[in-house]
Amino acid sequence: MWGVLRQKVCAGGLPGMYIRPAVAAFRNYSSSAKQMMVREALNSALDEEMSADHRVFLMGEEVGEYQGAYKISKGLLEKYGPERVLDTPITEAGFTGIGVGAAYYGLRPVVEFMTFNFSMQAIDHIINSAAKSNYMSAGQISVPIVFRGPNGAAAGVGAQHSQCYAAWYGSCPGLKVLSPYSSEDARGLLKAAIRDPDPVVFLENELLYGESFPVSDEVLDSSFCLPIGKAKIEREGKDVTITAYSKMVGFALKAAEMLSKEGISAEVINLRSIRPLDRSTINASVRKTNRLVTVEEGFPQHGVGAEICTSVIEESFGYLDAPVERIAGADVPMPYAANLERMAVPQVEDIVRAAKRACYRSVPMAATA
Amino acid sequence: MSFSAAKFAQPLPINPVSASRSNDKPLSFDPFKAGSSFLGSTLKLRVHVPSKVSHLRRSTANAVSDVVKEKKPQSPANLLLTKEEALVLYEDMVLGRAFEDMCAQMYYRGKMFGFVHLYNGQEAVSTGFIKLLRQDDYVVSTYRDHVHAVSKGVPARAVMSELFGKATGCCRGQGGSMHMFSKEYNLLGGFAFIGEGIPVATGAAFSSKYKREVLKQADADQVTLAFFGDGTCNNGQFYECLNMAALWKLPIVFVVENNLWAIGMSHLRATSDPEIWKKGPAFGMPGVHVDGMDVLKVREVAKEAIERARKGEGPTLVECETYRFRGHSLADPDELRDPAEKAHYAERDPISAFKKYMIENKLANEQELKNIDKKVDEVIEDSVEFADESPHPQRSQLLENVFADPKGFGIGPDGRYRCEDPKFTEGTAEV
Repeated sequence: MWGVLRQKVCAGGLPGMYIRPAVAAFRNYSSSAKQMMVREALNSALDEEMSADHRVFLMGEEVGEYQGAYKISKGLLEKYGPERVLDTPITEAGFTGIGVGAAYYGLRPVVEFMTFNFSMQAIDHIINSAAKSNYMSAGQISVPIVFRGPNGAAAGVGAQHSQCYAAWYGSCPGLKVLSPYSSEDARGLLKAAIRDPDPVVFLENELLYGESFPVSDEVLDSSFCLPIGKAKIEREGKDVTITAYSKMVGFALKAAEMLSKEGISAEVINLRSIRPLDRSTINASVRKTNRLVTVEEGFPQHGVGAEICTSVIEESFGYLDAPVERIAGADVPMPYAANLERMAVPQVEDIVRAAKRACYRSVPMAATA
Repeated sequence: MSFSAAKFAQPLPINPVSASRSNDKPLSFDPFKAGSSFLGSTLKLRVHVPSKVSHLRRSTANAVSDVVKEKKPQSPANLLLTKEEALVLYEDMVLGRAFEDMCAQMYYRGKMFGFVHLYNGQEAVSTGFIKLLRQDDYVVSTYRDHVHAVSKGVPARAVMSELFGKATGCCRGQGGSMHMFSKEYNLLGGFAFIGEGIPVATGAAFSSKYKREVLKQADADQVTLAFFGDGTCNNGQFYECLNMAALWKLPIVFVVENNLWAIGMSHLRATSDPEIWKKGPAFGMPGVHVDGMDVLKVREVAKEAIERARKGEGPTLVECETYRFRGHSLADPDELRDPAEKAHYAERDPISAFKKYMIENKLANEQELKNIDKKVDEVIEDSVEFADESPHPQRSQLLENVFADPKGFGIGPDGRYRCEDPKFTEGTAEV
């Protein structure tokens, strides 16, 4: 799978070509007119929101002169100047707290973490200063801030730089936690996050930045915005529901394609929002398919899958025809060696096997995901 | 780069004694001069101090009061205080003291709960600084925040009621002792983690600058005061923010309430160089040391620092040497502090000292001060009555205010926990 993915990254990574006509697309999406890279979707969303609202500013390490560690903020310094695109020292706790304080009084900061792993240095401000202030102040002080950056496993960077924080932030009241998959998600959700009056944790994925997706004219419109708290059914099906977010949506779609060749019709739900979690869409789907596979990159214990499973058991227990299957990252810090690393994160085949198990189709004995 | 690194980057003079008393402006904003005089007076005094409770802290404390005493006769600052101003300062300090004493009573009567950290002894700092602010200036406090709230103008009723956990509290009972907020008075909260408030305060200062320079709001000249203690000055966020505040010339004053003890950890045992104010010049901002038991001294320094911030000339670090008369919190048995040390500072009670000063300088007579005491007692009694009679928060309040939409997630019409709210950012796309 890494091979496939890297190919896509390369194909999508042509410099300067982020909106390409469909004829140049290497994938066959017949219905869409244009392609857009996730990186450019994020960049354009930031650009448009900064242009629309002068209270919006971007701060973080290397966001300005370097144009962003992953070039998400490319061109913004030139356009908006150093007052609104702030290069900060390497001080996560300090600058995150400054962002929160600025949000207390009407500004709308977007705080970039070079990776969400570094947000651990600032988690006090995300949880204690941002998420809880509205409640502690009984609604007097809201905190319209976005914490964004790449989350989850990258490639070959080892344990401290490869972790998914969806479940961590997803467990904290007062936060909204979004995790885009496609360019449409990235644009629509980032714009929603910036416009939202509450603190939003926006979990991107480094390996998706260079991927291209088809986008409609509606998505390219500067007023475009996605609802927070709504999942998207990426692919309809009737035999088994697969929930996923971020990069895992792509894996789930691939798995669904493989399953369809074996006569299993899988419905793939792109969660988009980890918190609030779109319980009704998930439960409606499970009531239709009667089977559920949850997929996430993070650690299994107390994870997003666990929460989804509980929700389905609470609300749709009688509809289940098979035990819920949970696919998650291995319960270990991320190993460095490429072969171990591959084993530590869910793969397409794992999803296929789990879906088959849920459908009581024969699975080789060795295949215990 | 705009900062004059060369001037500030030099180490402090090594020969403090020679530089010491000849300097007639011991509290100068020039970090150099402030540095030398402080060190000098410390060293000089150390010889005279009987070393019964002999450690450096004692001598430092005496040194400061000595500097202040020495300065008084020739300082014109005191003469600039009008009678009205003096009465305001006195009333605010008495109010802070009486409020906290009442808190202790109410805590022991079970009316308030959890951690309650009292401010007794430090009133000169809160009053000296906050009474110079406008309502739209920001104050960021710590877990010891009741008196900052009251000084900033939040009614004693609202603060007391919050402590009682009542719906009429300034945060409807959702914040509690360590989390006082008031949008109306721009009190940005009590922060219960060490160092947590400093970046938030720096962010508030950043927002003033941003509003003025980017949003072109000419009147956005608010100043932010960040209060924190000596223990916090060993936390990394303090240094991160001194750096960024100086780098970006933010309108903020970092006010260290050095009460010498971080719970039971003596400042001297915790800090390699106990003179906190010195860390200002290291970051290119003035550092000032002031006697935090003398409200007029504090006010003089505060005035200059606040004006400096308001004029856009950047941050100042002010170390106020003060003392808390009670334990760290009401749950603290306070066994580690030396009784002699406590007695020494009790003698320097900022309220009785100021009272004496006012009478000696004919700024007020006994009767006027008594009237104020009486008025304050009434305010406190009233606040307790108000808090006591106020209703507890309703059950439905539990799930409110999690998000800016006042209902938050809340309980839906079907009586179940509602995980979606129609007022979340709705988006333009059909999903």
